[in-house]
Amino acid sequence: MGDNKDTPLLAMQGISKSFPGVKALDKVDFQLWPGEVHALVGENGAGKSTLIKILAGVYSMDSGETLIEGKPVDINSPRQASEYGISVVHQEFTLVPQMTVSENIMLSDMPSRPGLRFLVDKKAMASGAREILDDLGVDISVSSPVRSLTVAEQQIVEVAKALSRKTRILVMDEPTAALSNVEVDRLFNVIQALVSKGMAVVYISHKLDEIFRISDRLTVLRDGRVISSSPISHFTRNEVIKQMVGRELTGMYDKPKVDIGKPVMEVGNLLLDPMGQGISFTVHEGEVLGIAGLMGAGQIRLARALFGIERIYGGDVILKGKPMKISSPGKAVRTGIGLVTENRKEEGLVQLLSVSKNITLTVLDNVSHMGVLSHQAEASIVADKIAKLDIKTPSPKQIVMNLSGGNQQKVVLAKWLAVDPDVMIMCEPTRGIDVGAKAEIYRLIGEMACNGKAVLLISSEIPEVVGMSDRVMVMHSGKVVGELTGAECTQEAVMRLATGGSAVGA
Amino acid sequence: MVILTGGIDLSVGGTVALAGCLAAGALQATGNSWLAVLAALGVGLMIGSVNGFFVSYAKLPPFIVTLATLALARGFTLVYTEGRPLLVDSPVFDMIGGGFIAGIPVPVLIVAAVYVVVGFVLNQTKFGRLIYAIGGNEQACKLSGINVERNKMLVYVWCGFLAGLSSVILTARLLSAQPTAGAGYELDAIAAVILGGTSLSGGEGGVRGTLIGAFIIGVLANGLNLLNVSPFYQDVAKGAVILAAVLMDKAFHSTADSR
Repeated sequence: MGDNKDTPLLAMQGISKSFPGVKALDKVDFQLWPGEVHALVGENGAGKSTLIKILAGVYSMDSGETLIEGKPVDINSPRQASEYGISVVHQEFTLVPQMTVSENIMLSDMPSRPGLRFLVDKKAMASGAREILDDLGVDISVSSPVRSLTVAEQQIVEVAKALSRKTRILVMDEPTAALSNVEVDRLFNVIQALVSKGMAVVYISHKLDEIFRISDRLTVLRDGRVISSSPISHFTRNEVIKQMVGRELTGMYDKPKVDIGKPVMEVGNLLLDPMGQGISFTVHEGEVLGIAGLMGAGQIRLARALFGIERIYGGDVILKGKPMKISSPGKAVRTGIGLVTENRKEEGLVQLLSVSKNITLTVLDNVSHMGVLSHQAEASIVADKIAKLDIKTPSPKQIVMNLSGGNQQKVVLAKWLAVDPDVMIMCEPTRGIDVGAKAEIYRLIGEMACNGKAVLLISSEIPEVVGMSDRVMVMHSGKVVGELTGAECTQEAVMRLATGGSAVGA
Repeated sequence: MVILTGGIDLSVGGTVALAGCLAAGALQATGNSWLAVLAALGVGLMIGSVNGFFVSYAKLPPFIVTLATLALARGFTLVYTEGRPLLVDSPVFDMIGGGFIAGIPVPVLIVAAVYVVVGFVLNQTKFGRLIYAIGGNEQACKLSGINVERNKMLVYVWCGFLAGLSSVILTARLLSAQPTAGAGYELDAIAAVILGGTSLSGGEGGVRGTLIGAFIIGVLANGLNLLNVSPFYQDVAKGAVILAAVLMDKAFHSTADSR
């Protein structure tokens, strides 16, 4: 493979892909040479996963072409991708926990006994798996069930599984998200062993330290376009950050000036893990407190803990001067907390019910008398919210499923505005919605602040946190790593903290 | 209503049998018909509570829980009656089973009343709204601060109560309590509900469709009787109708999803 040094192993040329309302990829070029680790970086929504899904045959591209060793290929299904030697190791594992290491590794191509094709040859399976693991230089027992392994070992089994097929291109999506430092070292040894054999690795990560350690080449994506693509030695850390966040803060984030009032919610030393570090903050009337962090940095768990879904191991929450134990979402709602969940489809809305029924779900007590609903009271609340939030629906009776993402999100907000909580926790409130709807959500956040509400804006989209918040608290692997206000609160500073650096810059 | 929440109740047949037999026993022991009716309803409420508790608070799958209570109820019935039917001799039961009010048979009136009440509860009350919402997306309801457990519990209790009520009607119709009564009722009930357009995954459906579904099942059985089809074949027909209905339910849903 790759005899010709002038032909890249993989070349994706002029790849474009649109989803309703979003241009996810815009004429992206991406090249991969044998024996290299090519890092792919970009903010959430920059287009990394779309590009990978096209490569893996999950999505089809709108235009552009893919060449392998110079020959154009059509990859229309994950199966075809695998035939071309492309394997993806996802963030979530695809292992069967009850099965042994060797069974998992050899799952896609189980050796059978000669002559008896329906019987599995366990010996051949074990030795085949052993061989692959030896090649990787790791010592994991092939006969132990996968669920008894550590996360890092499972990660390596996942890689080994990819290698059991004839893999030439290995894509790793955030492979170190759950690994400790020692384990990362071990994984990097494995990666190095692979590329020394001529394999090519696409490495997707937010952790810049690791990227500078492991990769040979770096491509920065932003808003579906390639910003730069060069050997890693041409970059400094700060340049990468600047290129990733270079999106401009447009007039979308017009937060009205609001006088910040009394503290509404004071959180002291809240423990999300028994061994973790306490989280403390205060949010005031009329204030938008941004909580930034990369996906999985703990900010969503914090939100869920404050709402009584996630377990708390210690610390206290004081609401309007009164200490509160929030043990269930029901209690949270009654004490004046609202939560806009990060995924409206699974957790935010009842898709089969109408707009009207979804909006009043939180306030059924207010629209009923002795358990019997008052359709009049319901209709007036609903009409008011539809008008205020400018929800575009043909009628309040429309099934929520049939609305656009942006309007669905407005229904979620309407549901909470109907309760009128003192503290509104919003997780990724603009995920997956178009620009127009985003602007309106921002307007509503501003309005809530004007009405003296406290808003916790949790988002992995850094421009929006920086643009909308009075103060930004940054989280990194479960800890609060800094708080930024005023002029020091820039996209670059937030990104540096979120990727594990210091606020001042390296 | 249980099916609307995305659950299922397999225990109704067993509940009907146990409630009927205990009611007959209570009647024979005390001679008080109203006490017997209360006993039947009480048994229904009790089994419903057991189902509800295990499904909503212990978070066990409804299929397993109600299968277990079905077996328990059937077992207790046989233990109590030693397999023999119990005779019922009471003017009250006579009236419930064979009486007429304004020219309409009493059982029909009771069933009509139940449909009206259930229709009202589903469409006009907070509880009814929550049943649909929980069936549609339990997680979203929980995160809206709704006490999902309590409402699910109530649904199963209500289902048990209705099973108790139908045991009273059945016992009154036959003027005896059969230990094997209600065999296959769960099947008929589920078939009626599905034929009436209620989705097995919860959240969709209503009482009007279920009434129609019940008529279809009833007419089917009756029609096959009139056509002199052996009763052995009737279950075959029922099974085929259920399978067809579920298939249609699935087909409608996949077209709805692909939009």
